[in-house]
Amino acid sequence: MQKFTQLSGIVAPMDRPNVDTDAIIPKQYLKSIKRSGFGPTAFDDWRYLEPGEPGMDHSQRKPNPDFILNQPPYDRASILLARENFGCGSSREHAVWALDDFGFRVVIAPSFADIFFNNSFKSGMLPIILDTAVIDQLFKEVKAEPGYQLTVDLDAETITKANGEVIEFKVDEFRKYCLLNGLDDIGLTLKHADAIRAYEERRKQQAPWLF
Amino acid sequence: MAARTLYDKLWDAHVVRTEDDGTALIYIDRHLIHEVTSPQAFEGLRMAQRHPWRTDSLLAVPDHNVPTTDRKAGITDPVAKLQVETLAQNCKDYAITEFTMGDIRQGIVHVIGPEQGATLPGMTVVCGDSHTSTHGAFGALAHGIGTSEVEHVMATQCLIQKKMKNMLISVDGQTPAGVTAKDIVLAIIGEIGTAGGTGYAIEFAGEAIAALSMEGRMTVCNMAIEGGARAGMVAVDQTTIDYVKGRPYAPSGETWEQAVANWNDLKSDQDAHFDSIIRLDAASIKPQVTWGTSPEMEVAVDACVPDPDAEADEVKASGMRKALAYMDLTAGMPITDIKVDKVFIGSCTNSRIEDMRAAAEVAKGRKVAANIKLAMVVPGSGLVKQQAESEGLDQIFKDAGFEWREPGCSMCLAMNADRLEAGERCASTSNRNFEGRQGQGGRTHLVSPAMAAAAAIAGHFVNVNEL
Repeated sequence: MQKFTQLSGIVAPMDRPNVDTDAIIPKQYLKSIKRSGFGPTAFDDWRYLEPGEPGMDHSQRKPNPDFILNQPPYDRASILLARENFGCGSSREHAVWALDDFGFRVVIAPSFADIFFNNSFKSGMLPIILDTAVIDQLFKEVKAEPGYQLTVDLDAETITKANGEVIEFKVDEFRKYCLLNGLDDIGLTLKHADAIRAYEERRKQQAPWLF
Repeated sequence: MAARTLYDKLWDAHVVRTEDDGTALIYIDRHLIHEVTSPQAFEGLRMAQRHPWRTDSLLAVPDHNVPTTDRKAGITDPVAKLQVETLAQNCKDYAITEFTMGDIRQGIVHVIGPEQGATLPGMTVVCGDSHTSTHGAFGALAHGIGTSEVEHVMATQCLIQKKMKNMLISVDGQTPAGVTAKDIVLAIIGEIGTAGGTGYAIEFAGEAIAALSMEGRMTVCNMAIEGGARAGMVAVDQTTIDYVKGRPYAPSGETWEQAVANWNDLKSDQDAHFDSIIRLDAASIKPQVTWGTSPEMEVAVDACVPDPDAEADEVKASGMRKALAYMDLTAGMPITDIKVDKVFIGSCTNSRIEDMRAAAEVAKGRKVAANIKLAMVVPGSGLVKQQAESEGLDQIFKDAGFEWREPGCSMCLAMNADRLEAGERCASTSNRNFEGRQGQGGRTHLVSPAMAAAAAIAGHFVNVNEL
């Protein structure tokens, strides 16, 4: 997994609640058996004027000029500012892969859907939860100044504005540790293989029908 | 020992170890896989030269991409075909049981698990699909996971988890005629909102839930995720035990007796603590229809499309305006004035035998309205299809003008050829009314199977009791 330590980047505002994973990456692209290549079709229905299908040359499709991520400098944004319940719906991790492939490494929102939140950490993406009032203020500032940048420091658990103002956030210790070090959590879990086997032995006695 | 909720009991029984910060390794008893979210997980295993920890905990089925029309020609879409073939190859390579497209047991992963007895009370069940919450109907801890977690569970038989909070949703009293499990769960989501259950495991309880069949309980738990909760569950009772008994993967003989004794404890203790308690009066629930692009945007069929100007929260009001524009609806119009183009009866929410029966009862002796371009019934599995046909339900549907299809996810998410065209409006028994969910530009209204059949007959939404 890719590490996440620090990042300074342009913030793109996506000002709508309940952005679902179907919107982030529509179903037709889930037929891929790969983990990469989802960036050009992230937010496909909102991003292009005509319907898209796998295998198309997406660079030749007509972009929707009204869609925020088609408007410079947001096409180069690496931080997505969003509203509540971001990433709701389908469990498709392809949504995280698509955001990552587009260039996002951080999503900031007042709340996330549980599965998306969890999937993010598995692909080196940092989801940050902030109070609604702080998010409202950020939307105001970002909209007032295209190209608005923030610096995110995972180790310090801080977001720093260009004017030096600091916003603090919280991340679970274990998740932070994995993300900072880019650790494969399967490897970490397998260090406890003996504990898993011991559990299985106990469980076989209590509930043999499960084995 | 302190009083515990059903979720507490399921959690405690599956903890392998806990870190200081509360992060735990949870043992997984059943891992269901399908073609869409597993290929990258298998690739990850191969690249790291790992093997599945317990092959016998895995059960695979292709469902999202499979055609629902004549299958003799196989899958024509080459990308979808490769994905289904990749699942078959992976199952072959690792000796995993798979119900392939030609197998009568093939169907939607959340229909076949319970149908086979592969989902049992007291289990932890995962699948790379958010509607895995369905299996909680059996007093199991079941939830959807992402592809990285699919790989993690395959490699270690465990999931890294922090314990969720406990929510109790009690639906008290009896539901009126024409009100089904689907209406109950839509009403619940309308009450708590699509993020109301975020961070919680929900236990559904109360007289109206206890009165539901297993099919109905599965419908309710299926949509826990639409209320934000990864896991929904219902306590074990005689209805659960009767459903499981005799199923191919269920225990038998002496082990059955031992299992039942164990399962009978799978309910919340009387004084157990819930972090949140929601109560609904079943008698006040009416047949429901969603009007917007989020499952929480729902009203009773006799109501009108709500007005964003009456919403105090500006973010919410703006979401409502976007939804009305996308759905091409006007605030204040009666729901029963909304005309429908297509009708879809199916999905992991509503494609079980009871759903087929409820829709057929409405369709019997009637005809699909002239303005309906397509009304399709997609049974949840080959076995549901067989059962429905043995009861003559297929003939009732066909006589009324419905198409009777082969099992799969179909137009719930439109990964196969079954989809809405831009601007088309659908009465659907599925679970999500997101923009583009059933096809780009398509407009989805979520309803129960009886209400979907009624909309097909009337050509617009109508209270099934007044058809």
